[in-house]
Amino acid sequence: MKPIDETRPTAPVIHVSPSPHLAQSTTSTRRMMVDVLVALVPVVAMSLFVFRGYALLQLAVCLSGSLAAELLFVKMRGRQSTLKDCSAIVTGIILAMSLPGTAPWYVGVIAAFVAVGIGKIIFGGLGMNLFNPAMVGRAFVMISFAGALAASGFEDVRSAVDAVSQATPMNAYKMNGVVTPLVHLFWGTTNGSLGETSALACLLGGLYLIIRRAASWEIPAGLLLAVLVIGGMADLAGPADGWTVLHHILGGSLLFGAFFIATDPVTSPLTPKGKFIFGLGTGTLIMVLRLFSGYPEGVMFAVLLMNALTPLINRWTIPTPFGGQ
Amino acid sequence: MFQGFRNDGHKKNEIHVAAMGLKLEGYPGSGTFAHGVHPPDHKKLSKDAAIRVMPTPEMVVLALHQNIGGPCDPMVKPRQTVQWGELIGKGSTFVSTTLHASVPGIVQRPVRVTLANGRHMDTLPIKTEGELPSGQDLWDEIFGGDWPTTGLNAYEPTQISRDINDAGLVGLGGAAFPTHVKITPGDKKPIHTLIVNGCECEPYLTSDYRLMVEAPVSIITGALLAGRSVGAERIVIGVEDNKMPAVAALKKATDGTGIQIAVVKTKYPQGSEKHLIQAVIKRQVPLGGLPSDVGVAISNVGTMAAVARAVIHKKPLTHRVISVTGGGIVNPSNVLAPIGVSFGALIDFCGGLTPGAARMVAGGPMMGFAFANPNTPVTKGTGGLTVMTRDEVNAGEETACVRCGKCVDVCPMNLVPTKIAMASRHQDIALSRRYNIMACFECGSCAYTCPAHIPLVQLIRVGKALVAAGGI
Ligand code: SF4
Ligand code: SF4
Repeated sequence: MKPIDETRPTAPVIHVSPSPHLAQSTTSTRRMMVDVLVALVPVVAMSLFVFRGYALLQLAVCLSGSLAAELLFVKMRGRQSTLKDCSAIVTGIILAMSLPGTAPWYVGVIAAFVAVGIGKIIFGGLGMNLFNPAMVGRAFVMISFAGALAASGFEDVRSAVDAVSQATPMNAYKMNGVVTPLVHLFWGTTNGSLGETSALACLLGGLYLIIRRAASWEIPAGLLLAVLVIGGMADLAGPADGWTVLHHILGGSLLFGAFFIATDPVTSPLTPKGKFIFGLGTGTLIMVLRLFSGYPEGVMFAVLLMNALTPLINRWTIPTPFGGQ
Repeated sequence: MFQGFRNDGHKKNEIHVAAMGLKLEGYPGSGTFAHGVHPPDHKKLSKDAAIRVMPTPEMVVLALHQNIGGPCDPMVKPRQTVQWGELIGKGSTFVSTTLHASVPGIVQRPVRVTLANGRHMDTLPIKTEGELPSGQDLWDEIFGGDWPTTGLNAYEPTQISRDINDAGLVGLGGAAFPTHVKITPGDKKPIHTLIVNGCECEPYLTSDYRLMVEAPVSIITGALLAGRSVGAERIVIGVEDNKMPAVAALKKATDGTGIQIAVVKTKYPQGSEKHLIQAVIKRQVPLGGLPSDVGVAISNVGTMAAVARAVIHKKPLTHRVISVTGGGIVNPSNVLAPIGVSFGALIDFCGGLTPGAARMVAGGPMMGFAFANPNTPVTKGTGGLTVMTRDEVNAGEETACVRCGKCVDVCPMNLVPTKIAMASRHQDIALSRRYNIMACFECGSCAYTCPAHIPLVQLIRVGKALVAAGGI
């Protein structure tokens, strides 16, 4: 056959490889991460608007912390650099968004190192980790630096930035029974962790994630359903103190958690059914913690607990194959 | 979990059908199956290229094992002269069939070759000597003339099956399962429906499409004969809704025969037997079962045309239509060529390779086999040769599985491909069986979709071999 002639420079080089020989051009891990970054834009913008310099500083600290940690730990394990997949950037931003702006810089750095180092790399890197890295980092500093991150840690009374001079809505309610108006919770002009205050920003980013299929809809749907049902029952049964199921949904880190944290693909189940169960479980745990524990908030622990259950959920939800009974 | 019939393609079909000015009332249609993918179909490269007849090549190489099941025993000796269509091999078992000389000539010494699917086979090479009709004459000889659609009751059901075996027919859609095993009066499992598969869901390939457009009546005659043989109450031809000219041609040809056309949604792998059955009669073939378990016999359109020729003219299968297409081919074409011709000769007939050609695939890009040797011969099951450029292949770099579940969302068998692949990678047979590894039919939807570009199908294949070796 004429055209295959290796001595000619234009000769085609034929490769052999197993089927399929086509790959979807629109998907890659990097692209999924970029979608998450885009979805984070409204959240980050809102945090900068509300918390100004506090937000900027925390973002800078957490981002550089997780990038440095990724470089360092990957080098220590003698692997190729994985910065290209952007997952360290996502972890850094989500971590920053889940911390209070007033947290001291070293808290952010330690959280980032724990998130990337312990949360991800020692499990074997992206895809191998059992727990959501950002939540591992946050949980570590929450416990180690309880003082700096407890209720009062969110406040900076000397600040000129309005939001940071008040108690967070969740604390104000838990401690003093003060109910923040829903509009404030919706727009996000309240105190709290950087990314959680604006329900609107979380909804916008979350919808983008779902439309782009960078996150599955089943997890937020299950989570919100559980919160609605349990919160609704609490409304009927509990004291009419003005804190309703809507406050539960718009307040605290519920929406941020539902769309950006619980949906982390690596640490959530594989099948649609499994994802829905994961969402239901997370929502239920959040409400149990919020209603019955000493903590005003429950998203972080709920997600970490459900992460631990993910392998089991995967096992329970092995789908029946086509044609199976 | 509910797997059922999804009707989401309905609206779109109506528009297509209406635009064609067709009235398809009473025609079942717009069925589909759950999951699957929508790869770019690339069919425009060759879909309007009318079938061209290839000049007789100097040499053909006929593998003695072209089908699923047993090989053929050779019936001729080297240096023996054979006529076009002469019997040269006989099936060794029931699931096996006959082999015929696709050109007149002199049998050469048997050689062992590697087929595109990687299997090493004994072959009978034949050096062409003597006359074979060419061009239009060959076309007329194979597909031309009148094909009766009435009076077929004169053909006995068992005789039809015997004629099919004598003609060496196998499924021309790619699987190459001996046709007489399927098209035979079934006493144990009654068959109520014969489904004729005209989906051709693999991207690029257009050979079945061209055949439906250019020789619809032979398909109908074959379908009527096959339906009579299996004792089917109804015959349905399934065609994807991106092939409306084929639907129009078939509709004209089926007039008055009672054969129905199901216009099904264009989606990969709609042409998979189990999934076409699901789309047309809304029943699932049980896991590990056969179409006959739900009362269905199913066969490809090209096979039906060959059935008509085998039964009515008592002529064996010696030629088939092959799409030679892809960005790596200078003149993408549909070619009527003898079985056993080399892929290299087909490429030369279609103008050669473009400088960008990077991968030669026997079949379509989703399930076809890549090969490197242009002397590899075509077998009965070869529906196409797709030569792809590097851009078309679009191979991404493999990264870690992020457990996104996209492979789960597209698997038409409703499996968890990532788990099966990882179990295979770690040689964990128990785990891969818990995840139903043997249900995978290697359609490639999962690997096509995976954002981490994990070679899922390849891993699963290795795992299946492990399970098979471990004895099921
Ligand atoms: S599609 Fe790829 S990355 Fe996603 S779960 Fe499946 S194997 Fe993993
Ligand atoms: S697991 Fe098998 S059947 Fe499922 S999509 Fe992948 S190749 Fe197809």
